[in-house]
Amino acid sequence: MILTLARKDLHTLFTAPSTWMMLALLQFILGWFFMARLDDYLQIQTQLAQMDNAPGATISIASPLANLLALLLLMLTPLFSMRLIAEERRNQTWLLLSTSPLSSTQIVLGKFAGLLALLSLVILASVVMMSLLALGTQADIGLILCNLLGLWLLAAAYAALGLYFSAMSRQPVVAAFTALAVSVTLWLLDMADGLLRELSPNMHFQNLNSGLLSSADIVYFVLFCTFFLMLTIHHLRRERGGH
Amino acid sequence: MSAPTTLSAKNLVRFHGNHRVVDAVSFELHRGEVLGLLGHNGAGKSTTLMMLSGALQPNSGSVEVCDFDLGKRPDLGKACLGFLPEHPPLYRDMRVDDQLRFAARLHKVAKAQLLDYLELSKRRCGLLDHGHRLIGELSKGFQQRVGIAQAIIHQPAVVILDEPTVGLDPSQIRDIRELIRELGDNSSVILSTHLLHEVEQLCDRAVILREGRCIFYGSLDELREQSDIESGFMRLNAKTEGAQA
Repeated sequence: MILTLARKDLHTLFTAPSTWMMLALLQFILGWFFMARLDDYLQIQTQLAQMDNAPGATISIASPLANLLALLLLMLTPLFSMRLIAEERRNQTWLLLSTSPLSSTQIVLGKFAGLLALLSLVILASVVMMSLLALGTQADIGLILCNLLGLWLLAAAYAALGLYFSAMSRQPVVAAFTALAVSVTLWLLDMADGLLRELSPNMHFQNLNSGLLSSADIVYFVLFCTFFLMLTIHHLRRERGGH
Repeated sequence: MSAPTTLSAKNLVRFHGNHRVVDAVSFELHRGEVLGLLGHNGAGKSTTLMMLSGALQPNSGSVEVCDFDLGKRPDLGKACLGFLPEHPPLYRDMRVDDQLRFAARLHKVAKAQLLDYLELSKRRCGLLDHGHRLIGELSKGFQQRVGIAQAIIHQPAVVILDEPTVGLDPSQIRDIRELIRELGDNSSVILSTHLLHEVEQLCDRAVILREGRCIFYGSLDELREQSDIESGFMRLNAKTEGAQA
């Protein structure tokens, strides 16, 4: 049941021309950035060779690329997530789901899985780009995998957050702007001190981005997703008027 | 009536803010019966249907579908229900077949039965030649047929139709009414409408709502006993107005 809904949502996202335009733009920016970083690295490679513990190609090219994608995911995910529930409400197709045997939990998990599948494809495309480094040098596969995990967890966090605001609003555009505003605020918390900084998804992503795999960061992302998914489920249940 | 009960609504109450939109509405639906839910705009018909279909939960009271309480076992109860809201919930960028397949999977139709059920519901709704068409390209009448096909794709025991003929031209209305009559042979049907003659043509029994309250529940013969059916409907409305005054 969850997969049925996820598959339908993935199909809906892919039938929208705007999705293809956004994906094409994203790949263009990432491809251009990758080539620019590669070019820069090749130019300073001889100077790097004279240094002790010189940074490798992976940390000089792949990590900044993942960092850029993290920023782009922050901006793009609300544009995908806004459609998930708010648009179903606007088009009055929501009743098909709410009168089907699916529970609110199954609906939320199905929609979350559909969006995460799309974002996973975006992330995989960038990881393929990073892996191209292995053709010319000895790539740090551990660092690439760490970035893959970090990007995937970050995408899941933004998808859960976007889904919540999509459930809160009847207008997809309002849902997108609210989700973007909250995501940017959380991103900016990375510049704060102390506990507030710990709340920023970007701060936890930075650890994975530099190759530091810590269970605390993974737990943070799992809790972040669970929190927003449960808020969405609670909101939908309350809307039905029961629990 | 000896036929088994497929749906029973007991003392349904629903508030919108402080306003009591539906007030202690109770009725039963039996197998093979078409029940008309009649009332003016704003009488609480749609809210009642939303509660019967499980989209809304009543603030008090309960709905049982095929002996499953929608409040306690919504998954089992809803699997026995097919609902067509006033605006058919259709994805305009989907093809008719894809939409119906999606609805069937949502209602847990087994893979082995899916093709047969798809064929059957398309045949019943006259959509056999339209399976590959995009829903957004169909006329309103055909979209309504897809909405009905979607509501019956899993062969539910109870079909709930909310004003299915609104906005259609006379020939489309005739076709949809014929289809509703056929549905009544296999399933129990609740038909919401504000057209009295539609209830007269299609229904075995009727529930009349006014300002959220049930002011009549019985057979059409009982309603007819109060002189002709239309003045009976008007008189029932007037009676409640008088009682409230």
